[in-house]
Order: sequence, then structure tokens, then C-alpha cells
Amino acid sequence: MNLAAAAHPGFLSPTGVEIVFVLVGLATLGSALVTVTTKQLVHAALWLVAALGGVAVEYLLLTAEFIAWVQVLIYVGSVVVLLLFGLMLTKAPIGPSPDADSGNRPLALAVALASAGTLVTLVVDAFRTTWIDLDTSGGASAEGSTRVTGESLFRAWVLPFEALSVLLLAALVGAIVLSRRGSAPEQDRTPEGKR
Amino acid sequence: MHLAYPAVLAALLFSIGIYGVLARRNAILMLMSVELMLNAVNLNLVAFDVWLRETLHTGQALALFTIAVAAAEIGIGLAIVLLVYRSRGTSDIDRLRDLRERSEAEAEADGIPDDPDGPYGDDAGGTGSAKYTDDSGRQTA
Repeated sequence: MNLAAAAHPGFLSPTGVEIVFVLVGLATLGSALVTVTTKQLVHAALWLVAALGGVAVEYLLLTAEFIAWVQVLIYVGSVVVLLLFGLMLTKAPIGPSPDADSGNRPLALAVALASAGTLVTLVVDAFRTTWIDLDTSGGASAEGSTRVTGESLFRAWVLPFEALSVLLLAALVGAIVLSRRGSAPEQDRTPEGKR
Repeated sequence: MHLAYPAVLAALLFSIGIYGVLARRNAILMLMSVELMLNAVNLNLVAFDVWLRETLHTGQALALFTIAVAAAEIGIGLAIVLLVYRSRGTSDIDRLRDLRERSEAEAEADGIPDDPDGPYGDDAGGTGSAKYTDDSGRQTA
């Protein structure tokens, strides 16, 4: 640990990667804050894109390239689109909706601030003298490259991977079954039949 | 890179997600906040994997699994929200109070307990059940 501390100058003279990481982190946090506070529901989904994209850039800076592109593909590409479709199908208002926040906002703020304070204090105290040795040499042998990730995924983690595919299939079937409209005689008894 | 940077960022993202889950009223906005929390966890997993440099890359594999499970979760969650919206006409969490405990006097005042069990109730399409439900889907007997 002392060697690592000697090799790295510490907080006061950060490296370029650290500066970029902090700047992107600030942008990510800002987007996340707007996501949870904005009154316009569709804007929340679009700010979520910025937040998730910022997290993807952080993955890139941590040399986990494969995860970064998976993040872009799945979160920014499909999850946000699903959320937008959900907003559309539940007829969310386009303009500002004043009742987007519920009445327990002060309590939520208190819980969030308490958890942020506790976690940040704990994490800073625990990892004050810990540095990540980023392998910035690049190439196919880097830590988070697609090759390395794929090899570990399909050598060591094949069984969880296959189980996960079954889970995804079950989720797909479940989502279809849940959101399918009932058969015609059954539909008359639901409240939507009175529309 | 100092390990505290990603760890602190993840902690703050997680707290923002907690605030969103507790403060939002719309169910879809709550799901967005849950996504933020899951992303904080993923960031931690990736950062610690890069720090520990393990041969099996447990952190990155687990982050991939978390992303896939999150995709499944958002699909099922949105299907449930849509179903609730279709049967109740709202997706506000605060208004979904059918399962709350209510006092005896309140139940007496209401008369019929509010129990619409949606299009997929326990009497799915049975002919004998038609006389128990009126056309609004509420059980009357």
C-alpha cells in the first residue's frame, strides 16, 4: 500500500483520467438529479439517457469497454425506449405535471441524504489509500476488452449465462402474458369496457 | 485512479435513486429511479473488478448479469404497470390503496369492500361466475 501511495501523487495532483472521470461524474449526477426532480415525465426519461450514458463513459474510463457498449445498447437503447413506451401507453401528460412528486418528499429527502452521508463517509474512509492500477496499454489483452470478458464469460460463467437466458425467456413470456388483452367475453367485465 | 472516485459516485447515484423511489408518485418514474440504483451497483462492480484484477473477472461478469436482470425487471415491471393502469385508470402509486388496512367503521361506511380483481381474477371466464360480477368488474356478492 505504501508503494502504491508513493507511486501515486494523491488527491492534489490528479491524473488526466481522474479529471475526466470527475467531470463526467458530475454531469452524470446532475442528469440523475434532474431525472428524479423534473416535473415533466418525458423529460425525466430523456435525462435518464444522459445519466446512463455518463455511466457508460465511466465504464470506458475504467477500461471496461465491453460493459460500456452493453450499457449503451441495453440501457440507452432498449430500457429507455421501453420506459418511453410505458409513459406513452399510460397516457402520461406531455407538459409539466404538478403532482409528479408525492407527499412524502421531505421524508424521501431525509432518507436519501442520510444514506448519501453514511455511504460516502464509509467509502471515503475505507478506500482513502487505495488506487486502481489502470491498464491503459490498450490492445486486445486489456482488462475489460471484449476478448477477455468473453473468455471469462464463456469459460467460467457459462452455467449462469445459460440460466440467465432462461430467465430472460421467462420474463419475455411473462411480460406478454401480463400485457395481453383478455379474450372478448372477459373484456366486457373489465372497467375499460366502459370507455 | 483513486478508488474513492467511482465508489463515491456510485454511492451518490444510489442515494439519488433512493430519493426518486421514495418521492415519485408515477410508477414509471419509480422504475427509472430503480434503474439509477442498479447502475450505481454496476459501477461499483466494475470499479472493484478493475481494482482487484481477478482472473475470473467476477465483477464484470456479474455486472453483465445485473444488466440483463435489470432488462427483464423493467419489462415485467412495465407490464405490471400497464395492467394496473388498464384496470384502475391510473398509475399513481399513492392511489393504489386497495390492500391497505382499514378500520371497521370505514369498512362499514364504504359498504362493499373495494375489490376489483382486474381482468385476471380467480373466476377467469367461468360461466357460473357471471352472476357474481356486474359489468364494472366489481364483485357484488
